[in-house]
Amino acid sequence: MNRIERAFSNGKAFIPFITAGDPTIEVTEKLVYKLADAGVDLIELGIPFSDPVAEGSVIQAADVRALSSGTTTDKIFDMVKRIRMTCDVPIAFMTYVNPVFSYGADRFMRNCKEAGVDAIIIPDLPYEERDEIRPYCNKHGITYISMIAPTSKERIGNIVSDAEGFIYCVSSLGVTGVRQNIGLDSLEMVRSVKSVKNIPCAIGFGISTPEQARAMAEISDGVIVGSAIVRIIERHGNECIEPVIDYVKSMLAASKDKS
Amino acid sequence: MKKGRYGIYGGQYIPETLMNAIIELEAAYNHYKKDESFIREFNSLLAEYAGRPSRLYYAKNMTENLKGAKIYLKREDLNHTGSHKINNVLGQVLLAKKMGKTRVIAETGAGQHGVATATAAALLGLECEIFMGKEDTERQALNVYRMRLLGAKVHAVTSGTQTLKDAVNETFREWSTRIDDTHYVLGSVMGPHPFPEIVRDFQSVIGREVKEQMLEAEGRLPDVILACVGGGSNAMGIFYEFIGHPEVRLIGCEAAGLGVDTDKTAATMATGRVGIFHGMKSYFCQDEYGQIAPVYSISAGLDYPGVGPEHSYLKDIKRAEYVPVTDKEAVEAFEYLSRIEGIIPAVESAHAVAYAMKLAPTMDKDKIMVINLSGRGDKDVAAIARYKGEDIYE
Repeated sequence: MNRIERAFSNGKAFIPFITAGDPTIEVTEKLVYKLADAGVDLIELGIPFSDPVAEGSVIQAADVRALSSGTTTDKIFDMVKRIRMTCDVPIAFMTYVNPVFSYGADRFMRNCKEAGVDAIIIPDLPYEERDEIRPYCNKHGITYISMIAPTSKERIGNIVSDAEGFIYCVSSLGVTGVRQNIGLDSLEMVRSVKSVKNIPCAIGFGISTPEQARAMAEISDGVIVGSAIVRIIERHGNECIEPVIDYVKSMLAASKDKS
Repeated sequence: MKKGRYGIYGGQYIPETLMNAIIELEAAYNHYKKDESFIREFNSLLAEYAGRPSRLYYAKNMTENLKGAKIYLKREDLNHTGSHKINNVLGQVLLAKKMGKTRVIAETGAGQHGVATATAAALLGLECEIFMGKEDTERQALNVYRMRLLGAKVHAVTSGTQTLKDAVNETFREWSTRIDDTHYVLGSVMGPHPFPEIVRDFQSVIGREVKEQMLEAEGRLPDVILACVGGGSNAMGIFYEFIGHPEVRLIGCEAAGLGVDTDKTAATMATGRVGIFHGMKSYFCQDEYGQIAPVYSISAGLDYPGVGPEHSYLKDIKRAEYVPVTDKEAVEAFEYLSRIEGIIPAVESAHAVAYAMKLAPTMDKDKIMVINLSGRGDKDVAAIARYKGEDIYE
């Protein structure tokens, strides 16, 4: 069982997202240890990008903070290497296609392997263009995570047949960010995925309350929470670890809640 | 060549949420571009509403003054709304309407594309929202008011560098929240396929007219064609008809800002490298980690860190040349053309005029040059005055 499979073997998975380097690489590293201790199943680690077109204002601002604190792809690889000396929490990178392409996809995935990154999520690399990056994931054993959206409809068949690890289900239209109402299409999406292949489905975009986490966990295999955590980091800066962990614990409990 | 590709360039690098919208657009475009009544309606709008064909004007004073090649100006500045942008916009808004969309959104840099989109939306009865970098709303305040006057809602984009690139980001974000009733009227030969092809096709009327007008005036094709390049729509529009005529030199003039050896530049071809951004593989100004660089030009319309994928292809196969032109050279050309021909060019187009001023004197008098005068300069007058140290505000 690889680390991504393990992430979905402990009941419903709870997957927090944080932007690496927000507010600094040092704080991110500490957060990863604490999140792992808290029992999260997988950590989605954002490599900041200057122009994150799939992100709402909260994560955009996190990318700006991370880049202005001097975060680079190489510094993030170094951080993951340090983390892997003592911690084996599953880690997926989330970034845009240009930071990977520009770095050299082969070199990028080789470094992922060496550092101990398990998977990669690239929101601006749709199914039709996956050959740009995916062959290098296969070559170096990095799990390539596919996304589906409420608009995917008849595309789900192709995307899922080809998918590995888990499916990232985008809960609703638009970009990342906290929403009042989510999930109208999620159940339908998860059903469509499962009718193609038995692969774990994690739902993300817009989830911020324990009630939402519980509801989404009920209809899927995992819950991804980003903007709500990043907002706490934004508010507390270097002192964010305790409030983030408190919040994550409540969301984790709700996601795992089987009642 | 693979669908939507120009050599290695182009493609469709966009979030999954938008993929079906792009596929729907491609299918609709492939249908309507062969539809007789669509073509008739589009051509009629170009003629009756935009005022096409635009004149190919022999710039006698400029020719005599520079003592070299015979210079013609393709007067896209005389189109309704004052630039070439109206060609693409009439096509796309008409297409959107045929697709049953009731709302259009668009990015704008200088405001020309925003004004053109608002105009076409007013004419064809669609709701319109424009995204414009906050810095550009200040540089081009009059155009903001113009768009409002035309019934559009203008959003000042405060993310990133608050210029054209960020306006494109925000328009993509907006599109992904509302797809069913909304079409994104992309303003240049960029973005994911099919946009580079759609915009090129709608703009290619410029080159077709030049060919016809030139054959009539001179009985032969020009020796060189110059156009400014930001995303590259006016350049693609005038180049496309001539790509198959290798004897015609094609030169794109990009914005060097303070110079290509400074970090205050927007000269993508001169300083960028291959990347993937805004839905396409092309040349981009970026750092070693692929972070898109903040770019700079006096011209809001050329202040963009990328370039359309077909231009990248034309550069690689050496069918077109791309040259950098600084702010200073562009402003000199702006003033020069105003004085010598009584034509105030858009500061974007002034980049092409500036390179013509260098090139024409090196050419024989029996050679012919065409400059695409992509827009008029009224919108730039206050900014140029400030650049020259005069305290004028709109």
